[in-house]
Amino acid sequence: MSAVITANGLGKRYKTALALDNVSFQVEPGRIVGLIGPNGAGKTTALKAILGLTDFSGELNVLGFDPRRQRDRLMGEVCFIADVAVLPRWIRVCEVVDFVAHVHPRFDRRKCEAFLVRTKLQPNQRVRQMSKGMIVQLHLALVMAIDAKLLILDEPTLGLDILYRKQFYQSLLEDYFDENKTIIVTTHQVEEVEHILTDLMFIRDGRIVLDADMDAVGERYIEVMVNADRAEAARALKPLDERQVFGKSIFLFDGVERAQLEAMGETRRPSISDLFVATMKGTYA
Amino acid sequence: MNTFLWLVKREFWEHRGGFLRAPIITAAIFLLLNLMGIVTSEVMGRRMGFMGFAGGGNNLHLLARELDKQSMEAVGAGLDLVMYSSTAIIGIVLGFVVFFYCLGALYDDRRDRSILFWKSLPISDTATVLSKVVSATVVAPLIAVIVGALTGIVMLLMFAITLSLHGVSVWHLLSLSHPVQVIANLIGSIPLYVLWALPTVGWLMLCSAWARSKPFLWAVALPVALGIVIGWFNLLGTVNISDAWYWRSVVARILGSVFPGGWFSQVTGVGGDNPAEMLSSLGVLRGYTAMGSLNLWVGVAAAIAMLAGAIWFRRWRDDS
Repeated sequence: MSAVITANGLGKRYKTALALDNVSFQVEPGRIVGLIGPNGAGKTTALKAILGLTDFSGELNVLGFDPRRQRDRLMGEVCFIADVAVLPRWIRVCEVVDFVAHVHPRFDRRKCEAFLVRTKLQPNQRVRQMSKGMIVQLHLALVMAIDAKLLILDEPTLGLDILYRKQFYQSLLEDYFDENKTIIVTTHQVEEVEHILTDLMFIRDGRIVLDADMDAVGERYIEVMVNADRAEAARALKPLDERQVFGKSIFLFDGVERAQLEAMGETRRPSISDLFVATMKGTYA
Repeated sequence: MNTFLWLVKREFWEHRGGFLRAPIITAAIFLLLNLMGIVTSEVMGRRMGFMGFAGGGNNLHLLARELDKQSMEAVGAGLDLVMYSSTAIIGIVLGFVVFFYCLGALYDDRRDRSILFWKSLPISDTATVLSKVVSATVVAPLIAVIVGALTGIVMLLMFAITLSLHGVSVWHLLSLSHPVQVIANLIGSIPLYVLWALPTVGWLMLCSAWARSKPFLWAVALPVALGIVIGWFNLLGTVNISDAWYWRSVVARILGSVFPGGWFSQVTGVGGDNPAEMLSSLGVLRGYTAMGSLNLWVGVAAAIAMLAGAIWFRRWRDDS
C-alpha cells in the first residue's frame, strides 16, 4: 500500500521566522503518528500544509492529492479537529449533525447519533451552552461518523479535564481506528498518547529531529539506572541525559549496545516525555 | 446543488435574527404605531367632535359613494401606497441587515476560529462565498418582501375594520387596491435588487475576507479617505476627477446599494402629480429600465471581480 502522506522538502517562512525548514517524511497507512514538539516548532504549520490551509514550498502528496490545488476533494477523505472548541458557537447539536450529514458524502448519521446518545448533549443545545469537554465530544462524534482515511488532531484535548481526555483517546482507539485509517496527533500531554502511538516524530525549529516507529525508538533509546560508583563509566558513553533519583543516576542513551548497558544496571525503555525533554534541551535557551 | 442548499440553510440558521426576526419586529412596531395612531385619532375625534382620521362617518360615507373614476384610482393607489410603506420601512432595515451581514460573513468565523471547522468539510470556498451572496441578495430580501406584504395586508385590514365601525362600506374601498399586484411588484424587484446590490455585497465581502481586524473600518474608511484625497487634489487643481461623480458612482455604489430601490436613480421620469402616477412610475417594469444603464452593469462586473478576490482570500488567508 502506498504512503498516506509523502512530504519532500517542505518549507514555510513567516515574516519573522522559519516555520518549516526543508522537511521530508512519509506516513504509512494504519499508523498513529505523534507529532511532538515545543511551542512554535512548526507542528501546526506542518498540519496546516497537509490540510491545504496554508501555502508552502516543496512537494506534498496527501492521499494522492496536492493539498494546494485539490483541497476540496482532499477534504472528502481527511478529517481534522484543529485545536479545541472551534465549532461555531451559535450552532445547535441537531443543526450541525444535519448540516454535516448533507454536505459530507462519507458521513454516517446513525453512527454519529449512537455516539451522541452516550453523552449528555441535547439535540437543541447550542455550542455556546456547552463546556469545553462537551464541545470536543460533539466534534468527536461528528468526526468518528465520517469514514475518512486520514484524521488529523491538533491539540484535541487541550484544556480538558482528565476524564474527557481519557475518554477521547479511548473512543478513538475502540470505535474509530482500524488498519485502513491513519491518525496524526499533536499534543503536549505526551504521557496520554504514549501508549496509543505507533510512530513518533519530534519536530524542533522547523526540522524533524526524530522520525521512527515506537519499536525502533525502544531499540534505539535505552534508559539505565546506575549506582553512583559506576556513574563515571556511564558518562563515558556520552548519554543524552542524566538525572539523579534516590542516590542513583538515570542515564538516557541513544544507540548504545543494550548488553553493554545491562551490565551497568537496570535498563528500561524511556518514556516519551523523558526522551522529549532530553532531545529538546536548550530549545528556549 | 444539494450542498449549496444546505450552505444557504446554514446561513439562515446563523442569521435568523437579522433575516427573519428583524423584519418581523420592524413590522410589529410599524403595526403597533399605526394602531396607536388609529386609536388616537378615534379618541381625539370623539372628544373634539371633529373629524379626525377616521371620524365623521357620514362624510366618509358620502365620499365612498361619490368617488368618480379618477379619484377611485387615486384611492386605490393610496391604499397600495399603504402596503408599500410597510415594505419600504422593512426595506431600510433590510439594507442595514445585509450590510452588516456581508461585512461579517467572511470575517466572524475567522475571528472565532470556527472557520477551521467549516474548512474541515469538503466544501469549496467558491460555494461558501456564493452561498453567502445568495443569502444576502435573495434570501434576506425575499423574507423582507413577504413580511412586508403581509404587514401591508394586515394594515389595510386594520383600516378597513376601523372604517367599518363608522358604517362605511370599506370593503368596496379595499377592492380598489391591488394587493396581488403589489406583491408581484415587490417579488419581481428582487432580481433587480440582486444586480443592483452586488457591488456593495462584493466590496463588503472582499473586506470581510481580507481584513485581519475591523472590517467595518476598512470597508468605510478606505473609500471615504480616497474621496477626501480626490477632493483635496481637486482643490489644488491637479487632478480632474469629479468629486461628485466619485461619491455618487463609487462610494454610494459600494456602500449604499444594499438599500433597495437605489436603481431608480438610473430610471428617468420618476415621480408624478398624484399617488397613482407616482406609483406607476415606481412600478417594477419601470424599474427594469435601469438594466439599460451602464452604471448597473459596470457595478455587476466590478462585483464579480471583488467576489473573485473574496474567494481567493477565503482560500488562502492564513491567520487562524
